[in-house]
Amino acid sequence: MSTLTTAEVGSTAAEVGSLGLLDALEAESIHIIREVVAEFERPAMLFSGGKDSVVMLHLAAKAFWPGKIPFPVLHVDTGHNFPEVLDFRDRTVARLGLKLVVGSVQEYIDRGELQERADGTRNPLQTVPLLDTIAANKFDAVFGGGRRDEDKARAKERILSLRDEFGQWDPRNQRPELWNLYNGRHTVGQHVRAFPISNWTELDIWRYIEREGIELPSIYYAHDREVFQRDGMWRAVGEVSLPREGEDVVVRTVRYRTVGDMSCTGAVLSDAFTVADVVREVAASTLTERGATRADDRISEAAMEDRKKDGYF
Amino acid sequence: MTAEATLERETLPSGTLFRFATAGSVDDGKSTLVGRLLHDSKAILADQLDAVARTSEARGFGGEKGGLDLALLTDGLRAEREQGITIDVAYRYFATDRRTFILADCPGHVQYTKNTVTGASTADAVVLLIDARKGVLEQTRRHLSVAALLRVPHVVVAVNKIDLVEFSETVFSDISADVARVAEELGLREAVAIPVSALDGDNVVDRSDRTPWYTGPTLIELLESLPGTDELDDAGEPFRFPVQTVIRPQGALAPGLSDDEFRDYRAYAGQVTEGIVRVGDRVSVVTPGQAPRETTVVGIDVAGRSLEEAAAPLSVALRLADEFDVARGDTIAAAGTLPESTPDLYGSLCWLSTKPLREGAKVLVKHGTSTVRALVRSVTGKLDLDSFEVTPASGLELNDIGEAQLRLAAPLPLEPYAAHRRTGAFLVIDPQDGATLAAGMVGEHPGDSEDERYWI
Repeated sequence: MSTLTTAEVGSTAAEVGSLGLLDALEAESIHIIREVVAEFERPAMLFSGGKDSVVMLHLAAKAFWPGKIPFPVLHVDTGHNFPEVLDFRDRTVARLGLKLVVGSVQEYIDRGELQERADGTRNPLQTVPLLDTIAANKFDAVFGGGRRDEDKARAKERILSLRDEFGQWDPRNQRPELWNLYNGRHTVGQHVRAFPISNWTELDIWRYIEREGIELPSIYYAHDREVFQRDGMWRAVGEVSLPREGEDVVVRTVRYRTVGDMSCTGAVLSDAFTVADVVREVAASTLTERGATRADDRISEAAMEDRKKDGYF
Repeated sequence: MTAEATLERETLPSGTLFRFATAGSVDDGKSTLVGRLLHDSKAILADQLDAVARTSEARGFGGEKGGLDLALLTDGLRAEREQGITIDVAYRYFATDRRTFILADCPGHVQYTKNTVTGASTADAVVLLIDARKGVLEQTRRHLSVAALLRVPHVVVAVNKIDLVEFSETVFSDISADVARVAEELGLREAVAIPVSALDGDNVVDRSDRTPWYTGPTLIELLESLPGTDELDDAGEPFRFPVQTVIRPQGALAPGLSDDEFRDYRAYAGQVTEGIVRVGDRVSVVTPGQAPRETTVVGIDVAGRSLEEAAAPLSVALRLADEFDVARGDTIAAAGTLPESTPDLYGSLCWLSTKPLREGAKVLVKHGTSTVRALVRSVTGKLDLDSFEVTPASGLELNDIGEAQLRLAAPLPLEPYAAHRRTGAFLVIDPQDGATLAAGMVGEHPGDSEDERYWI
């Protein structure tokens, strides 16, 4: 149903001087994407099949229409991804005629270069394969779908964010970002992360998905699933996510509000079967998406900042 | 989905996007005001509040509002939370029925100029806090100066802690009068004052019955009603469009599109930075160093949707009647309105680096979609932010605001920032490590005769 490349996309024409919210956000994101493509030699876009990266890719398609998206997409596969999402990823990449570069956490574990964590989450393990893949492909700019409203560390992130030779983020020494003039200068070995949807909120994302008719992996919508409860979250029963003693498996109608590694992403009880339902649900929600669904962000109050400093998205 | 339209309007915030920056001194309660805005507009969700409560309790926070340290909501970095200070600009998002807001929360102390300049550069409004017990301080004047220099369209002064002066109308009107005086001195378009108590919420979101003498809007009512930058400017400003990239997909067409239809497609991608463009408009294509070429706009495209007109800040692709050689760095403008390009840049610099500026320095200047090398010929003065007078200087240090003359390696179509908040802005970049050294604002070109003096 997604029509990235045809003419039906769209909003009502904006009135002069009172551009709607989604039009203003879209215009800003397209401007950023075009700036990065114009100023960097080898950009790539992180694409996991998650809703934020799907919206970002849709914006990239709009930015260069009727041309093809002029860069490859990059995914760090934890080996614990939802099969529905990987399938969606591959179909989307094929439909848009893109090149997909995959960094595999599983291969690093198999080679003994990364160790499985005691808590089983593989989110923090993505950093090394990500940085290696960036270096091996000589990517000098990597688009990420991070949003400032997701997390307090991301609230401090720049639109264009410099990473040093070790891929590290230095939050105390960031370049000031002025007007809409983005400074992407970097030296050899450094690269830049670009966050074109920094200013979107979760609700903006969903309203845009609704307006543009963008397809998402099915697990974002309510469905029946075998789940069990752990740490106050509903976890899917799967190969890598098995209930422990005393954790009862039940069937519930759930959906995923964020889509990450199966080992640390929780589902929420939901009867939002359509995009309009989800928009209403998100608008009325009393919990943030990460608070509701991400075990890895509960490790400490600065879990995201610590991962980001090491080179995480 | 149309059946849902009514419900959607009722339940969802939308409207327009409005950006504002907060500024203030250290103890004037800025974090509390930000926390109050987020809290009363229901932008803080239960798990965030829980996290704040947990951390507040763990640290033995015993102060305001039931032991909740609302500053924890905005201080996101480990170092900030550990030291109880704000290091960097943080962005916050909240919405009312009428508008969605992007709040740039700018730290008030060390490096305040750097942070305030950053937050104010994109802001439609600056909300400046004043402690009602202290009135207009030096720092208030400085913040107002920066707002004036950056031409922020609206300045709102929140006279905070009004509860601590017994909700005194006299105190408030005295401070308002002081603010009005400073604003006039600085040439600020307007500076509206509101009596608030961030701690208790008076006149922030909800109207206070403890200030019956105050009949103006609450802070949020005002922020909902102020026209944004683009709403203010579109009518009067001539069309400006720096070309970001040329879209010419030959051989690399998006899948599913017909080669026959798009074989000769050629359009210029960019964002309308000022004004409005309509199909049929006459425009000049300005390549710096060359005579402008006139042509007609024949199409405005947004990913397959054809528009009749596009206003700032829309990102579009323009098709032109004539096949000119147009590239990134060129500007498309309403015919005959863009001044001639010049290699001499006279402007104000907000110096943002610990590395000082010295005359003779070689730098990069980024303006629109062009980056050119430049030589700093002279620093002609430094702004005294207290008196707002220019004093002699030969260099600039971190947080200084000064005036300088630069010679560009290639001419640029420069327009004064005073009249062109977007096309009159530039960055000064260190060619060695790529750091952003300064925020620049194009000044008036003094004219050829004066220019000659520096050609020795």
